[in-house]
Amino acid sequence: MKHISVIRIVVIGNGMVGFKFCEKLLAKRQASQQISITVFGEEPRVAYDRVHLSEYFAGKTADDLTLAGEDWYADNGIKIYLSDPVVDIDREHKLVRSHHGIVVQYDYLIMATGSGAFVPTIPGVEKDGVFVYRTIEDLELIQSYARKAKKGAVIGGGLLGLEAAKALLDLGLEEAHVVEFATRLMPRQIDEAGSRMLQSQLESLGLHIHLSKNTQEIKGGDCIEGMQFADQSFLEVDMLVISAGIRPRDELAKIAGLETHPRGGIIVDNQLQTSDPNIFAIGECALAHHMIYGLIAPGYEMADVVAAKLTGGAKEFLPFDMSTKLKLIGTDVASFGDPFIEEPACTTVRYENKAKGIYKRINVSPDGKTLLGGILVGDAEQYNMLLQTCKNKTILPPDSEDLILGSRGGEEAGAGVMSFPDDALICSCEAVTKGMLCQEVSEKGNHTIDSIKKSCKAGTGCGGCIPMVKDIITGTLKQNGVYVRNVVCEHFDYSRQELLDLVKMNGLKTYGNVLDTFGKGDGCETCKPLVASLLASLWNESILQKDRAPIQDSNDRYLANIQKGGTYSVVPRIPGGEVTPEKLIVIGQVAQRYGLYTKITGGQRIDLFGAHLGDLPEIWEALINAGFESGHAYGKSLRTVKSCVGSTWCRFGVQDSVSFAIEVENRYKGLRSPHKLKSAVSGCIRECAEAQSKDFGIIATEKGWNLYVCGNGGSKPQHAQLLATDVDKETCLRLIDRFLMFYIKTADPLARTATWLNKMEGGMSYLKAVVVDDVLGIAAELESDLQQLIDVYQCEWKEVVDNPELRKRFSHFVNTPAKDPSIQFEEMREQKRAKEWA
Amino acid sequence: MNTETQTPTDTQVTWHIACEVSDIPEDGGGCAFIDGKQIAIFNFARRGEWYATDNECPHRQQMAVSRGMIGSHEGEPKVACPFHKKTFSLKTGQCFNDDAYQIKTFPVMVRENLVYIGL
Repeated sequence: MKHISVIRIVVIGNGMVGFKFCEKLLAKRQASQQISITVFGEEPRVAYDRVHLSEYFAGKTADDLTLAGEDWYADNGIKIYLSDPVVDIDREHKLVRSHHGIVVQYDYLIMATGSGAFVPTIPGVEKDGVFVYRTIEDLELIQSYARKAKKGAVIGGGLLGLEAAKALLDLGLEEAHVVEFATRLMPRQIDEAGSRMLQSQLESLGLHIHLSKNTQEIKGGDCIEGMQFADQSFLEVDMLVISAGIRPRDELAKIAGLETHPRGGIIVDNQLQTSDPNIFAIGECALAHHMIYGLIAPGYEMADVVAAKLTGGAKEFLPFDMSTKLKLIGTDVASFGDPFIEEPACTTVRYENKAKGIYKRINVSPDGKTLLGGILVGDAEQYNMLLQTCKNKTILPPDSEDLILGSRGGEEAGAGVMSFPDDALICSCEAVTKGMLCQEVSEKGNHTIDSIKKSCKAGTGCGGCIPMVKDIITGTLKQNGVYVRNVVCEHFDYSRQELLDLVKMNGLKTYGNVLDTFGKGDGCETCKPLVASLLASLWNESILQKDRAPIQDSNDRYLANIQKGGTYSVVPRIPGGEVTPEKLIVIGQVAQRYGLYTKITGGQRIDLFGAHLGDLPEIWEALINAGFESGHAYGKSLRTVKSCVGSTWCRFGVQDSVSFAIEVENRYKGLRSPHKLKSAVSGCIRECAEAQSKDFGIIATEKGWNLYVCGNGGSKPQHAQLLATDVDKETCLRLIDRFLMFYIKTADPLARTATWLNKMEGGMSYLKAVVVDDVLGIAAELESDLQQLIDVYQCEWKEVVDNPELRKRFSHFVNTPAKDPSIQFEEMREQKRAKEWA
Repeated sequence: MNTETQTPTDTQVTWHIACEVSDIPEDGGGCAFIDGKQIAIFNFARRGEWYATDNECPHRQQMAVSRGMIGSHEGEPKVACPFHKKTFSLKTGQCFNDDAYQIKTFPVMVRENLVYIGL
């Protein structure tokens, strides 16, 4: 005789949703409740992360994808049968019978049978080399067959089909084709323009896309050899993956007499109850609100609703948001809210950038107050923010285009996440709200993604909310006062940008004045060169005059690069890399006279090493007399504008790149900035000057010039990005003026342009909006500020050579003209080199 | 101008004329060759103080301390070597970044527009 009643629960299906149901049920179980759980799974392994299945090809193992190991089931008292699907349900006696003949009695039966791949009835579909893309076993079969295949195709241009096509590329097939019956890719998630943008991105990565193609027959002997289409065309392939959609696994439900939909799916109500009140259906096998929810988040929500019900709670499954964000072969694709709603039911704002493959669309309510939905292709950085703005019906800013172009004010951007209400759902897979996350950070001391994941599971499902969770961690810490301001140093309680504005407004021109007015103490090696750079960027007066010489950094102090042993190197400016034989001879003579090691630099200059401090003025006097100027190789300023020879000699050149490079170099020489600046001009698309690795690079086109910005070489190389296309010289220079001045005014100290851009809210689209479209209305000011610096430019070495007071400082000793006796050189390849560090 | 900013601790110290006051830039440094030694001299005009140290940085044995920037760290005057920005207290010669390094400091006396160093 039983004293305690045990609720017997049987779960059919051990996929993601079936597993989640078990997990939720254990968590919600009341202390007084006795529950027994039995799980039957068709696959040979325990539940794994099917959402990230493709990562199996990227090196993840089946173990990596496993949601919880077999011991988890054992530890929690769950009896699990793998490779053993349930084949019969006896509803009258509440029994299930498995393929292997195991019979288990249930009080409640949970059907989480999921879905299978939908395989259209095409003749030849049974041939070897035709696969579906659903389970780890499918992937193993594909992987092994791909070793001997060269050309592969995928039927289906939806989410999974594109994933499968990526997998074929990853597996090393020479050609990967996507065959779609509809007129465009991903018709259910994104609109026409978004599809086109996605298509061109995927094509540029080597995928072949065939639209409006109806596969009539799969040709070949035992193995597939090609695909015959209804339009008479033929595609030769030796393997095919079918990913034409999913079909709910409702066959068992049908046998058991449960109500199912003619087009597939076990019909359930708001409680996920089937036509038999003791049987529930959750996940992709269930048809709720007249639809199959093919996403993980609603599946988890269904698991939660049933777990709540069986443990005495009350919850309903409401129509679920189908917003989604994913990365397809490196291209972000997202849609949220109602992506397709059209005018006049809304006002649509679109942004399209073909060069960068970005398409964004937002649908705003006709009164302009709320966000109804949208689509993002190529850049889904703002997805979480937009989704929350849409879900929470947050009142929009007056210029709703800010939502997709990024904020233009700088300040309000970071506040975005933190302005959401506490009940805003951040992680929809695990139903974690903003309020819960703030609590994790403030009260439980979880300050990292990893500890948050452990503590409340946020971010462990699809992972789409992780950027937002990070923002909430930072935002909450900031609110708690943990955040440290980015101030210059102990002597200045301002950021570089703040200090620049203050110095400019107050017209300060010496370090002493700046320190007295805005600082405290005596300064240091951090704030001195920083202020020196600000003063130079603002006024462009000689950096060695007034009190400015001793605040310059090591190299600026003596207008030369200090080298091992304490000697200096000398780099005369050679604009565009063009130099006459006469000038070359002078460089040679100077190097001979002062015994300098001579080397060509990476930036098309000549570097002369091993000069004694005391010899620098004479060396420069000789160079200046021959028409050279300072090359600023020592400064955080324009270094070089490299060029290829261009149309004057090159048979491919379309523009005169050398002349333009010289013009650009002479325009910006001496311009001091937060970090060094490098540039290049190429005369055609072959790009011999490597302009795309520069802070600003120019490439000739048939119609004019393309301008790229924010690239650099160095330890973390980054390609420059296209700012303007086919512009004339004047426009190109005007855009560079604005770009450089905007950089000078807003960058952190010692941040190259690439780093500056990487940290910028809104990124390249925002930079473009400011520099090209002048959304801030500051273009004229930026241009005139830069022009002012150009107007007062003087060669700083000429100033020293002509000024006895300044010249006097270029001596190792103050009490004797002798050179530093400790300097030693060694011979190498008929030149000299510095003696190695001790 | 008659200033004596640092009292010699060693009575045996010998005062050497190093240079004129104007040879050392305000809030900057210069190097004097004295008795076969290279001495870095600093005119910390902002504090109205003079300092002298070894010109050699012990980190890489470079003769360059006099070309470094001076400043303060929580009120303590310091100099930063131009090579790798090791900073040293101008009062004690102790390196702020690495306890292993130390430079010598010397007394400075300014009389009649001349700078004297005590060795």
